[in-house]
Amino acid sequence: MANSIKIKTSVNGDVCNVKTLIKHVMETGQRKDAKTGKVIPAKFIQELVCTHNGKAVLNANWGTAVSANPYLSFEFRGAKAGDKLMLSWTDNTGESDSAEHTV
Amino acid sequence: MKRRVFLKGTLASSAVAVAVGAGLLNPRQVLAAWPKSAFEAKSMQEALNGAFGSELTEPTDAIQIKAPDIAENGAVVPVTVSTNLTNLESISILADGNPTPLAANFMLAANTAGSVSTRIKMGKTSNVVAVVKSGGKLYSARKEVKVTIGGCGG
Amino acid sequence: MKKMLTMAAAVTLLAGMPLAGQATPEQDLKAFRDFYMKRFPGVPLNEFGNGVYAIDADARSSWEAIEEFPPYDDELEKGKKLFNTPFANGKTYASCFRNGGIGIRQNYPYFDAKSGEVKTLEQEINECRVKNGEKPLPGKKGDIAAISGYMASTSNGKALNIKIPNDPRALAWYEKGKAQFYMKRGQLNMSCANCHKDNAGNRVRSEVLSPALGHPTHFPVHRLSWGNLGTLQRRYGGCNEQVRAKAFADQGPEYRALEYFHTYMSNGINVNAPSTRK
Repeated sequence: MANSIKIKTSVNGDVCNVKTLIKHVMETGQRKDAKTGKVIPAKFIQELVCTHNGKAVLNANWGTAVSANPYLSFEFRGAKAGDKLMLSWTDNTGESDSAEHTV
Repeated sequence: MKRRVFLKGTLASSAVAVAVGAGLLNPRQVLAAWPKSAFEAKSMQEALNGAFGSELTEPTDAIQIKAPDIAENGAVVPVTVSTNLTNLESISILADGNPTPLAANFMLAANTAGSVSTRIKMGKTSNVVAVVKSGGKLYSARKEVKVTIGGCGG
Repeated sequence: MKKMLTMAAAVTLLAGMPLAGQATPEQDLKAFRDFYMKRFPGVPLNEFGNGVYAIDADARSSWEAIEEFPPYDDELEKGKKLFNTPFANGKTYASCFRNGGIGIRQNYPYFDAKSGEVKTLEQEINECRVKNGEKPLPGKKGDIAAISGYMASTSNGKALNIKIPNDPRALAWYEKGKAQFYMKRGQLNMSCANCHKDNAGNRVRSEVLSPALGHPTHFPVHRLSWGNLGTLQRRYGGCNEQVRAKAFADQGPEYRALEYFHTYMSNGINVNAPSTRK
């Protein structure tokens, strides 16, 4: 299901701006289902890794307070058009996804 | 015995750091490093201790937080943390009024700029706190965001 | 023949000469627009298409941060896919619309002389389905909002251009919509105009009330509180419920008339849909 991750990049000089939007519920485990009254179990991304040509540029640990369908934007130096970005996430239930993007 | 455990711990954590730095770890392996105690902490002190082993941060003007004065919607509060500090290791975002204050911790490579943008949930009016680890030291800044439950907006 | 002539004359008379004291749509539009331009000096007309973000800088910066990677991207893509997917009979939505449905949102809603009805885009999307042997889509959100959102996006940058033809039936729809806009409703006894005209720019608790001028340009919108796209009429329903009134039927005559009036009042402002709202 590599379609949970969307990546947009722009390069200015050798600085690459990365914007990503991930489809994920980011359920806190504190909400109750309005109908059943049962607590909706937590399901949230805990770890996100972004590599540039195989080298880590950013790793993130997330908690439940990151919004549903998480957004992340950051910049790194040393990029040029055609470079490969890899982004992957893993959530607390062990589910994961990754996507590759060409700058 | 105690010393041995200590050594083992040190070795293990540095191995993780080296591997992550070299981009050798896949997320599955890194997951083991997710700091449970920091993210499940119910207070700022506990969260900071869990994440950094210290709750002491130095307030600084060298960290800028861009977040709304009044949140459009507490479930989606855009936050940008930027810093002109150097030797960056990580940028963390916390909301001191949330049930578990630590929202996100970003670990930056040497060529990654000191600026991250994301969107966080805020349960009530409180401070967004940014903690930056730079050269082994912790620096912080805060900005209040008002959160109300509303319905209008066309 | 004589009777027909009399009728025709009466129709012309009605259309050409509004009752004494009653403003023409053109006069209404000018007064409506002038009201907001005077209330918010320095805000260019087209900026009103950004709703409350035209007048609230703090909210705007947060909105712009969200629009960097808009949460409706997925639904917009889905809408495009649905729009281009043929029905069981092999035809597509494009076959039902002028210019294949591309770049036409700025002319909706419009008065259809043949049926004597005001037609909205969502209504015609469903009519197109029925005509091609498909079931109509449930209104307000989901696929219909995605398709409508995609179609609207192909009109971005085109100014709203709603026509009130010289036809007493069209004028009757317009007057009905205008009455809806100014009619007090619900336990709170408030009209659309009370909040979005008389008090536009003022606060209700922490919220800045958006100007009614320009609202229709950006629908369907992704509201953060909905978490998905919804049509203008979904919002009308929500607004009515907020003043503790019962919402009118989706795509019923009341909301279609209101949409006709409301969109006509925003003529000249560019379509910029979909967009994100709080």
